[in-house]
Amino acid sequence: MSWLTMPTMGGYGFYVWGSYVLTIAAMVGEVLFLLRRREALRDRQEHA
Amino acid sequence: MTSQTIHWYRYASPGNLYQLAGQLIPWFAVPASALFVVGLYLGLFVAPTDFQQGDAYRVLFVHVPAAWMGMVLYVVLAFYAAVGWVFNARGSSMMASSLAITGAMFTFLALVTGALWGRPTWGTWWIWDARTTSTLILLFLYLGFISLQSAIDDPRRADRAGAVLALVGVVNVPIIYFSVQWWNTLHQGATIRIAGETSMAGSMLVPLLIMIAACWLYSVAVVLARLRCLIRERESLMTRSVVIE
Amino acid sequence: MKPMSSAATLRWLVWREGTLAWRRRSDVLGTLFFFVMVVSLFPLSVGPERPLLRSIAPGVVWVAALLASMLSLNRLFAEDHADGTLEQMLLTPHPIYVIVLGKAIAQWLVSAVPLILMAPLLGVQFGLSVDAPFVLMASLTLGTPVVLLIGSIGAALTLGLRGAGTLTSLLVMPLYIPTLIFGAGSAQAVLVGSSPAANLRLLTAMLILTAIFAPWAAAAALRISLE
Repeated sequence: MSWLTMPTMGGYGFYVWGSYVLTIAAMVGEVLFLLRRREALRDRQEHA
Repeated sequence: MTSQTIHWYRYASPGNLYQLAGQLIPWFAVPASALFVVGLYLGLFVAPTDFQQGDAYRVLFVHVPAAWMGMVLYVVLAFYAAVGWVFNARGSSMMASSLAITGAMFTFLALVTGALWGRPTWGTWWIWDARTTSTLILLFLYLGFISLQSAIDDPRRADRAGAVLALVGVVNVPIIYFSVQWWNTLHQGATIRIAGETSMAGSMLVPLLIMIAACWLYSVAVVLARLRCLIRERESLMTRSVVIE
Repeated sequence: MKPMSSAATLRWLVWREGTLAWRRRSDVLGTLFFFVMVVSLFPLSVGPERPLLRSIAPGVVWVAALLASMLSLNRLFAEDHADGTLEQMLLTPHPIYVIVLGKAIAQWLVSAVPLILMAPLLGVQFGLSVDAPFVLMASLTLGTPVVLLIGSIGAALTLGLRGAGTLTSLLVMPLYIPTLIFGAGSAQAVLVGSSPAANLRLLTAMLILTAIFAPWAAAAALRISLE
């Protein structure tokens, strides 16, 4: 596998990259949601 | 009482659980990130192109871990929910609630990446075979659990109701799987099998195992983080003194 | 006064639920009409070709029966809960298991039996002939109690919640899938010329297992919902 063939993945680029991007986006998204939830909690409980 | 017994029950208190979770998270998050990087590199770069499926097979390095985690997390969820119900342990029930969203997410990813894998290899986005249909039903079970808990205002009722539902669900999963397999063979379902059925070359197996391990570690870290948020939301009086931040 | 035995309690419950249902005949008939109407929608949506209708008949009748049974679930506990009768029932020394079982049996007699009797007629409308309508009836006779018993768990869990009806349906539908597969599968087996015996036997096994375990789970769920 060379850097040249990476983007197209032998013609299957949409499927392979689509899957990986989706997976990474979902996991990163989950972490971001949790961080936001923690921030909201901190704001709420600091003022209590 | 042995020291082991005392050690265990100490973490039934949400305050102690909160601290324990906080200490554990880095131990899972950091290795998870490292393994992800290694796994992605090996899976995308190093693993050789498959003879039959070309490079499309690389989807399996995210599809299989997602499907695996979806199934495992449901069983773990049912376990924690049951323990929380039987022993009246709030912390255990909160673990179950924390697991649900991550499990549902992985199951959803399994379905979508499965479709993205199926299109170039089987020629169709969706196939009604035993495994995909059972995964879809698993997603419904997760969504049912989440919906039920969010519909109930009283946290303890939500915990226990969720436990009943999760236990009924986990007991039914083998029955559902068997019935779907039965249905599939009756209607002459596709005999196409994904690459996972054949023995895999080491160069493909290693990235797969690394990705599975990475997803597992990630799950633990994320679920513990959600557990901490949940404890703070529910037990605000108790954790106020414990929260140092 | 000697407390009633479980069998007597069961008989009394069935008599009570039956009488109440008879006084609210329109509710019960509503389930039947819903069943008939849903089934009737399919030829209108897929076209009147006989071979097509014959092949989808078992599935359509079964799904309609499932949906109609789900509609009747809110009559299991919600009405008694609303006027406080349910809590009184749970205060009696009778095991909640028996109460759940009694209500499920009564509900089945009142809601499901009309469906079962109607089903062969609808099957004939769809072009089923000879054995198939009767196998359909048999599968429904075995399957509708399972549907009601599993549904009772969902109804018990969602007692008193907003949107309980829809939520109950969402919770129990995945659990209905094996019943649906074996139920519709038995009539479909007849259509392709093979024996429905295996499907019917599996349905029977499901009925026995569900009759033993579901009331217990529903009883636990009732206790949780009413604390």
